[in-house]
Amino acid sequence: MNTQDSYVTADGRTIGPPMMEVKNITLRFGGVVAIKDISFDIREGEVRAIIGPNGAGKSSMLNVINGFYHPQDGEVWFHGKKRHAMKPHQIAEQGIARTFQNIALFKGMSTLDNIMTGRLTHMKSNMFSQMMWWGGAQAEEVANREIVEKVIDFLEIQAIRKTPVGRLPYGFQKRVELGRALAAEPKLLLLDEPMAGMNVEEKEDMSRFILDVNDEFGTTIALIEHDMGVVMDIADRVVVMDYGKKIGDGTPDEVRNNQDVIDAYLGVAHD
Amino acid sequence: MSANFYYGIEVFLNGMMAGVLYSLVALGFVLIFKASGIFNYAQGVMALFAALTLVGFQNGQIPFSHLINAIFGTNIHHFGWHMPAILAIIFTLMVMVLFAYLVEKFVLKHLVNQEPIILFMATIGLAYFMEGFGDLMWGADIKKLDVGIPQGGNIWLEEKTAFLGGPDFYGFYLDNLDMWATVCAGLLVVSLVLFSQYTKTGRALRAVADDHQAALSVGISLRAIWVIVWSIAGFVALVAGIMWGSKSGVQFSLSLIALKALPVLMLGGFTSIPGAIVGGLIIGVGEKMFEFLIGVPFLGGATENWFAYMLALLFLVFRPQGLFGEKIIERV
Repeated sequence: MNTQDSYVTADGRTIGPPMMEVKNITLRFGGVVAIKDISFDIREGEVRAIIGPNGAGKSSMLNVINGFYHPQDGEVWFHGKKRHAMKPHQIAEQGIARTFQNIALFKGMSTLDNIMTGRLTHMKSNMFSQMMWWGGAQAEEVANREIVEKVIDFLEIQAIRKTPVGRLPYGFQKRVELGRALAAEPKLLLLDEPMAGMNVEEKEDMSRFILDVNDEFGTTIALIEHDMGVVMDIADRVVVMDYGKKIGDGTPDEVRNNQDVIDAYLGVAHD
Repeated sequence: MSANFYYGIEVFLNGMMAGVLYSLVALGFVLIFKASGIFNYAQGVMALFAALTLVGFQNGQIPFSHLINAIFGTNIHHFGWHMPAILAIIFTLMVMVLFAYLVEKFVLKHLVNQEPIILFMATIGLAYFMEGFGDLMWGADIKKLDVGIPQGGNIWLEEKTAFLGGPDFYGFYLDNLDMWATVCAGLLVVSLVLFSQYTKTGRALRAVADDHQAALSVGISLRAIWVIVWSIAGFVALVAGIMWGSKSGVQFSLSLIALKALPVLMLGGFTSIPGAIVGGLIIGVGEKMFEFLIGVPFLGGATENWFAYMLALLFLVFRPQGLFGEKIIERV
């Protein structure tokens, strides 16, 4: 299969050419090598999973993609162009949104305000017209608010829109965090363990939201997950990492039958 | 009505105006607290530094002249010109923006994602550094600040109200400077509220206070926000410095007004701009009225020194987040 071709999945979604490519990334913290020479791509419209045991370097990989970490070696290509070292806020402006493993919400703000912050990169009218509620600012605010309300409806969190998020249960906080990322209308959505610590029912809800986001908005998604069952169900392709190295890459079925992956997950006798 | 009743009203009005002066200092604290969750101990010194710089520019003082004279054996003091107030204010504002930029570059940038107590300690260091730096730059003598705001009692008001209370009453005595301070504070609060509630930057500011990582991930530049906030706090400090400096001269004890702002913040809430004003008014009116009604007749006076702190303590017991502060939520 040519890497530049588009194809249609069994459930009728079109997967385009690669939108994000990481090439030979190496990331070190002092003497510790967190990521060793890793390359993979994320195609437009797909759900791409990164899996691996604890400490494999998955979160570091996500942090490289969204600019929290700058790798010592390797290149990141986005939309066919090599990306220069950028600050996280600049990368957010390019259309990459994310959620965090340990929820990072603005705890004192309401659900609505939290999700509204996702629109910040889309607000262009100047400070004084915003203060005076003049002309463009008003229309812009209304348009942003409409998108936020759509996200709230989509995630079925209407009932908690005015609640300060610090007061919400864990599952809802995860959902609000997803909402904030969605409000930015990202081209690429990074999810760091979106289902960690959830019960079966919450996991099913979250899986449904992720699939719906991908299906309805065509958003490309890269996610880290521990629950193999979930990953196999929702991902189009899977990257497997272990000790900072890539040990597998392919469709869920291919990865499931890869001997290295089985060894990494089940453990293997070292002789 | 008896003259005493009208004196009571006069005390009340004067209390309000004293309160506004406290509020001006408290405002600077609130801004930085909203944006970084830290209590900026240096706010009082910033007001002092702004006032010193303003006087320095106005009088054409040569900065670091003592230092230069000591090193090179010269004897220089002044450039020999007198700068108009408005120009001096603009230059001082530029200095405060530069200061904000330097604080971000040399202090805050290195403390991203640190505990609030670490940042608080950094502001204490900053306060003492600035105090020393201000001394070195402009000298330690007490200076007179006059930017053209009328001072002294308002004769017009006094004459017009003299008829109210019979022969023993001479009309309301209100200081012109205090009235100007009230007008300035009003304008400042309205524009700050509009700024923080309705602008993109204002929203980003609240986000940054809550979570640095999350703020970055939604496309907020921490550095830009911090420079903006500290610049605005510098501007507020300048206004406070002008008012306090005009009232009592520019002297180093000015930095202690920070301590007067503390009870104001506890009453109004650390995160509320209107709270800073309301808190200041309550403290100002409260301490003057308490002194007038209870302090002098029953307690031998001098209650103004502790009344504000007592009131703050009471508030802490019953409403720890203050009147307008965000409710403190912690799930366990």
